[in-house]
Amino acid sequence: MKKSLPDNQGHFGDFGGRYAAETLMPALIELEAAYNGVKKDKAFQKDFQYYLKQYAGRETPLYFAARLTEKLGGAKIYLKREDLSHTGSHKINNTLGQALLAQRMGKKKVIAETGAGQHGVATATAAALFGMECHVFMGEEDIVRQAPNVFRMKILGTEVIPVSSGTATLKDAMNEAMRQWVARVRDTFYVIGTTAGPHPYPMMVRNFQSIIGKETKKQILKAEGRLPDVIIACIGGGSNAMGIFYPFVHDVMVKMIGVEAAGKGISTGLHASSISSGKIGVLHGNKTYLLQDENGQVHDAYSIAAGLDYPGVGPEHSYFHASGRAEYVNVTDEEAIEAFLTLSRFEGIIPAMESAHAVAYTMKLAPKLDKNQIIIINLSGRGDKDAQVITEIMERSR
Amino acid sequence: MGRIEDKLHHLKRKGEKALIFYLTAGDPGLEETLEIIRCLDMSGVDILEIGVPFSDPTADGPVIQAASQRALKKNATLSNILDLVGKVRLFSEIPIVLFGYFNPIFIYGCEKFARRAKEAGVDGVLVVDLPFEESHELKRHTDALGIDFIALIAPTTSDERIRNISAHAGGFLYYISITGVTGTSKPQPDDVRKEVSRIKKITALPVVVGFGITTPQEAAQIAVWADGIVVGSAFVKLIEENSGKADMIAKAASFAKDFDKAIG
Repeated sequence: MKKSLPDNQGHFGDFGGRYAAETLMPALIELEAAYNGVKKDKAFQKDFQYYLKQYAGRETPLYFAARLTEKLGGAKIYLKREDLSHTGSHKINNTLGQALLAQRMGKKKVIAETGAGQHGVATATAAALFGMECHVFMGEEDIVRQAPNVFRMKILGTEVIPVSSGTATLKDAMNEAMRQWVARVRDTFYVIGTTAGPHPYPMMVRNFQSIIGKETKKQILKAEGRLPDVIIACIGGGSNAMGIFYPFVHDVMVKMIGVEAAGKGISTGLHASSISSGKIGVLHGNKTYLLQDENGQVHDAYSIAAGLDYPGVGPEHSYFHASGRAEYVNVTDEEAIEAFLTLSRFEGIIPAMESAHAVAYTMKLAPKLDKNQIIIINLSGRGDKDAQVITEIMERSR
Repeated sequence: MGRIEDKLHHLKRKGEKALIFYLTAGDPGLEETLEIIRCLDMSGVDILEIGVPFSDPTADGPVIQAASQRALKKNATLSNILDLVGKVRLFSEIPIVLFGYFNPIFIYGCEKFARRAKEAGVDGVLVVDLPFEESHELKRHTDALGIDFIALIAPTTSDERIRNISAHAGGFLYYISITGVTGTSKPQPDDVRKEVSRIKKITALPVVVGFGITTPQEAAQIAVWADGIVVGSAFVKLIEENSGKADMIAKAASFAKDFDKAIG
């Protein structure tokens, strides 16, 4: 049995930890204790499983993408259909878990940050389900480019608070959510949407999301009688990737590939590839790879996919990179758009722009593999929210 | 005895309270910061907190966020700020605490930072996002050189944590008088009284109070219970409003003197 990570202070090797202002430390310690309490609590787990199944629609299918496989002419490609989850992405797995925990802790208010709006919608949904007051912080730039998700949050009764500082994207929304949490910490639960932030968030979000990988393992064994050769997932903060990777960590023959956003190209500086081209630093409560300048000031990230537009990455991914357990690559906006259209037209599945990054890398890799090899893509979300942006791009290029 | 301890002892003997001013280095520019420091030193300020700007100041309210952004555009890097402290030491022995976030220090290198800070004449460091659980990486270097590692206590901090924090801290404890980020609400003197006496039952370290003190009257009320008070956002705002004006320094001086008079 290998030692499980993180350690009791939230470290994954040299990464992670709890770099938070003192006002938040007691709340983080309280949260950690509460979470450790429910981890093995049968009643809590039963509730959580109930909502995942009857409310979120799990398990999600593992679908063999026959036409995409045929087109690429290499490895067999399976899609883990998180896009079919309630609210349209994997984010609901985590928000149901955290909202149930908030309820256990007697907190009636929740706050969240969001980039693409998927986590915002998933939090707004869980808040409506459990009768909680919900505020979501979202960058002004993202409010414009992900308008459909803003409408959904408002319909669900959530207040969307625009954030105009910095580049008005996910990083700034997270800064503002942390500030608000400091001010409301006594009665408010902060629902972080990814495997980042101070301990215990990276561990807790990973565990709530690991349902994806657990199902995938069972499903691929049933379909193929063996484990996959490669698992591919997109990485912003890294929650969908960690969710599918984690149950395969000790299956060393399974290669895990995280796909970061290369935006307009790494050499342009306009990208969100924290692992591929960042340096280790401390932001939002954890030590991890960060896009930053030589003075330790954090750079603004860029990606066409709002959900990947983040200058950091979950600390456990940094650890997987440093230890070599997972490989981290990147694809550009242009490649992601091509993959977006390819999956739409060959499989009738419109992927989220974020998930399209995983598809794009698969399109490069699959032709190089044998026909008897297996790739699983975590199709983390659906692309309705991106339809407008893609349509504009298609019309411009006409 | 270091400058901070020395100053606090000296004030205590006289029955006075420490007046601590925070300013963001590099706002409106590094040269102006030097002039502002010169003026504060002559206007009754006992200890200086020099803010090292960071791109993502998650514990700060809008005033200091904006000042940090302006300062970053004026090249207020950690290295330049250490040079600035060196220049202050040419004319003043005022105790200086660097106040900031961990990442700029981490990237600079903890050991190199401690060495250069000591050479420049820095007396203490306060790293907002470095709780004692994570502090070893920096503190072993600052401790070795006798730089005080100043810690924050919040209204939410339990007695047990206060004990742990005090055991790791030096210089003084900084009590955050509001549950919120800097400069966003007003501290309640009655709460501050209770909290400071709670802290003082646990530790012998001096306790100063800050976050949200905007007027000399508020400072006077709070100073009754504390060993000192910190003025931050209110002063940063004054600088912002008078930046580029001929009487900025005169205004800063009279602002500081009003606080000095009020807290006695």
